[in-house]
Amino acid sequence: MSTSNSPTEAKLSCRNLWKLYGPNAASHLSDESRLPQNGGNAAELAQSIRDQGGIVASADVNFDLMPGEIFVIMGLSGSGKSTVVRCLSRLVEPTCGEILLDGQDLLKASPKELIDFRRYKMGMVFQSFGLLPHLNVFENVAFPLKLQGMEPKERTKRAERVIDLVGLEGRESSYPSQLSGGQQQRVGIARSLAVEPEVWFLDEPFSALDPLIRRQMQDEFLRLQQELHKSIVFITHDFLESLRVADRMAIMKDGAVVQIGRPVDLILNPADDYVREFTNDVPWELILTAGDIASDNTPPAGIKEVPASTKVADLLPYLAEHDAGVAVRADDGSIFHMTGQHLIAALASGVTDAAA
Amino acid sequence: MPQLDSTDTLESDTKKDTIVWLCVVALTAICVVLGDSLGVLYKYPDSLVIPLTGPLNQAMSWFVEVFGWFFKAIGWLFDWPILFAKTILHAIPWFATLILATFVSYRAGGVSLALFCALSILYMVTFGFWPQSMNSFALVVISIPLAVIVGFALGTWGFLSARAYRVIMPTLDLMQTVPAFAYLIPILLLFGFGSTVGLVASVLFAFPPMVRNTIVGLRGVPGTVIDSGLMSGATPVQLFWNVRVPTARRQLLLGVNQATMASLSMVIIASIIGGTNDIGWEVLSTIRKALFGESILAGVVIALMAMILDRVTNGFAMRSTTIIDDEMKKSSRLAWIICGGVFLAAIAFAQLIPLLSVWPKAWVINPAPAMNATLEWVFLEFREGLEAIKQVAFFFVMLPIKLGLKQAVSPFTWGFSMTPMVTAIYAALVLIPAAFLAYKHRILQAIRLVLLGLVLYGGLTGTAWIALCAIIVVLGWQAGGRGLAIWIVAGLAFLLVTGIWNPSTISIYLCGVAVLLSFTVGSAVGVWASENDKVAAVVRPIIDTLQTMPLFVILIPFVMVFKIGEFTALLSICTFAIVPAIRYTQHGLRNLPQDVVEAASAIGCTRAQLLFQVKLPLAVPSIMLGLNQTIMFAISMLVITALVGTDDLGQQIYIGLGDGDFGVGMIAGVGMAIIAMIADRITQSISRKMQAKLGLRQEMLA
Ligand SMILES: Nc1ncnc2c1ncn2[C@@H]1O[C@H](COP(=O)(O)OP(=O)(O)O)[C@@H](O)[C@H]1O
Ligand SMILES: [Mg+2]
Repeated sequence: MSTSNSPTEAKLSCRNLWKLYGPNAASHLSDESRLPQNGGNAAELAQSIRDQGGIVASADVNFDLMPGEIFVIMGLSGSGKSTVVRCLSRLVEPTCGEILLDGQDLLKASPKELIDFRRYKMGMVFQSFGLLPHLNVFENVAFPLKLQGMEPKERTKRAERVIDLVGLEGRESSYPSQLSGGQQQRVGIARSLAVEPEVWFLDEPFSALDPLIRRQMQDEFLRLQQELHKSIVFITHDFLESLRVADRMAIMKDGAVVQIGRPVDLILNPADDYVREFTNDVPWELILTAGDIASDNTPPAGIKEVPASTKVADLLPYLAEHDAGVAVRADDGSIFHMTGQHLIAALASGVTDAAA
Repeated sequence: MPQLDSTDTLESDTKKDTIVWLCVVALTAICVVLGDSLGVLYKYPDSLVIPLTGPLNQAMSWFVEVFGWFFKAIGWLFDWPILFAKTILHAIPWFATLILATFVSYRAGGVSLALFCALSILYMVTFGFWPQSMNSFALVVISIPLAVIVGFALGTWGFLSARAYRVIMPTLDLMQTVPAFAYLIPILLLFGFGSTVGLVASVLFAFPPMVRNTIVGLRGVPGTVIDSGLMSGATPVQLFWNVRVPTARRQLLLGVNQATMASLSMVIIASIIGGTNDIGWEVLSTIRKALFGESILAGVVIALMAMILDRVTNGFAMRSTTIIDDEMKKSSRLAWIICGGVFLAAIAFAQLIPLLSVWPKAWVINPAPAMNATLEWVFLEFREGLEAIKQVAFFFVMLPIKLGLKQAVSPFTWGFSMTPMVTAIYAALVLIPAAFLAYKHRILQAIRLVLLGLVLYGGLTGTAWIALCAIIVVLGWQAGGRGLAIWIVAGLAFLLVTGIWNPSTISIYLCGVAVLLSFTVGSAVGVWASENDKVAAVVRPIIDTLQTMPLFVILIPFVMVFKIGEFTALLSICTFAIVPAIRYTQHGLRNLPQDVVEAASAIGCTRAQLLFQVKLPLAVPSIMLGLNQTIMFAISMLVITALVGTDDLGQQIYIGLGDGDFGVGMIAGVGMAIIAMIADRITQSISRKMQAKLGLRQEMLA
């Protein structure tokens, strides 16, 4: 799974990001030798800052966002997710660190450059929508375009297009207070997409919605992404949601990233008990695919063949009745063997890890 | 063992309180017993009064001499827009104004408000008050935009800069506690007689609420709205004008509403300086001539103007958050165009029918003589009853509190005098319940009861200044700690040193009696209204109307019935001050945490138990804020009652205004502000303490 982390490839890189709150926050990090990149230990440094009464909202966060990727940041509330994403957009000024967008350091951008970044390169969706109450749907969506000073004609065309994209056609003249939560968030999404951003931040976009609506919005979000191929940082506190949408995900705790990887890596190899707490409750058979579990053995001839992306859940009835198992064909054409026994072994390895 | 510790300190706290209060009681007792034999401790010696009046007047005349030209120039500048507004308002036929005003009312509040507005204007015209009304309205029209602009600018500054905020807020507090009359004196001296005085005073009086609402509104814009504005790529300027201001629109418009009401109220008050042929002057001059029919008729005009302006501005503020879709926007534009057309047509039409332009003198309806005759007859008929009410209130309530039982009880009124025997009975009446309370371990309450008994015996004006000061300072110390106590000492020192202690105690007495009455009655009504929706439906419009009423108007009925004097003043103050007492009690009782009330009902509380053992204790902080506002309302009315002949600080301000005596008026004005602020801080601190104890949060009602 190891993708190259070379910053030239990444759309957005977050390097050694710290955000402290409280009195004289900056002074805590003035001793450069204690910083992790100079050989210090991030966890110890964060703890010592907390002991001195500082609030560590984000401690040495590092990750790369690849072009076209959905990168999820997951963690309990208060773990620092919003702080990180707000640092990425500089709604919050990081205490120290680097944020590289296409290789350019965002933290060194002048106020004017920053406004341009926000106008043309970034879009953001908020948990509580953040719609302007005095503007109707159309005006809300067109608001960023108006601030840019775009021609009314072009503006109307663009706004109509994204309104169609999120399925709000016909509601253009409604005001936010007349819309349901799901519809309001569609407006929020349309507004953030109106500027055709390259990176797209979503801070718990669906957390304020009812479970059924949430599910539906997730589906639509994935559909949109298939069409648009944005580079996305998606925040959530819901592990299942992150499993549904993530290409890769980071798990945060107390401001620090505990583990980064594909969902399945996290499930099969949780880095610590904190991560395991989340993965324990996951209905694994929904996540794991035949390819994740298959052994390296060559399968006996004549048994049923399935693609590697088949969900384990769909295979369970078959495996229960056929001890010989199935043949799994990987994307590259190679073929492996998977039986009920392999499945149990894979699950058990997770369980024994948990018991250890 | 932290819990043990805290009860320990609590106990030692009450112990300390008890000792301090005991000292105060002892001091007061000594003062009451020794009376004026205490000399300088009883009556603050004149020789220690620092004569500030002279120097203040000299400073002021120097200031006027040096900078007068500057203010005269400003006044001259202001004269033009006033003249302009007056000319226009008089030139437009009343019929055209009626159409425009009715349409605006319709936009703001629907058919009923439109109808109300049309009828009000017809009243003003047919009863012959149109020119005076327009003269007052011209000042209001000019002062509102000025006040709104100044208020918005200062509010924005206070929002943007923490340092500005720290300067602006206490200044506003001071400006809003200095009585309205006191404003007029320096303005009069600087700008000279004329309409400008009314304009400047009304702008000064009207911009503070706009500042407050601007700050509250801009601060109240949700963080995510700001964030989404920023992420939309807003520059700081765009963020302010396209995100913050429109989102805060409702609060800003409420500010405009409050500024409008303040402006009208000050324009009316300012007519006291005379020389302006406006509606306030109409009321005032007829009251002075005891022409009550005329003053009622003119007073109604003021009341109508106040109600219309309030409903219209409030209507626009409320509407600003309701939804208008594109269809409605289009139809609204069309309606405005049609209204404009009709307005112009009305002007043209009025040229043909002069009646629609200027109402003929001969057609003016004047029921005043008939009203006066009727009133006279009624008063003659009921004179004894009315007199009796006044006498009873005066001799058995007001005089004892003012002069003390010691002097108020005489054979002539009470049927006996304060013989040692009677005094002993009185002492027993106080001491026996106090002893009972002490026996029940409610020491502090016992002490307070004794103190009350002592003060009632000595009277507010008859108790030694040193004892009164001690009581107030200790009260403040207990409520707000050492900081507040020091502050109060300084304030009281000002009252003593400037030689206004005596009128101050009369102010405290009048205000105290009024607050006592209106708070008792008001909170009872509030409780009733909170339990009974029908009562609430009746009470609400009454207190809403009372609150929008310019203070002058409230005087009229009471002067009419009871003539001038302290009793009239008292009733007027009570009528106005009862409003917050009712409002806050009801608000507090109706907005309790629902789960607590439900839990108590589930346990099986009866309705009475629920009210007295659950709801009322929880509503105490809100009720305390109501007390605070009752005091503030009482003080603002107290100053106005100087017109009906009180002999307190308000009267001094009024005298200062009449004589153009800056020193006298200013010292009395500041004295009044000091009394108001002391009362304000003490009651607020107590309320905050109680909230903290109950873990509640209570916002101020607007
Ligand atoms: N403005 C602030 N001042 C002080 N502490 C803050 C501020 N904003 C966030 N924090 C603290 O930073 C931590 C992380 O907050 P946040 O990033 O909002 O968490 P999440 O989005 O994961 O719920 C929390 O402990 C929070 O209390
Ligand atoms: Mg968050």
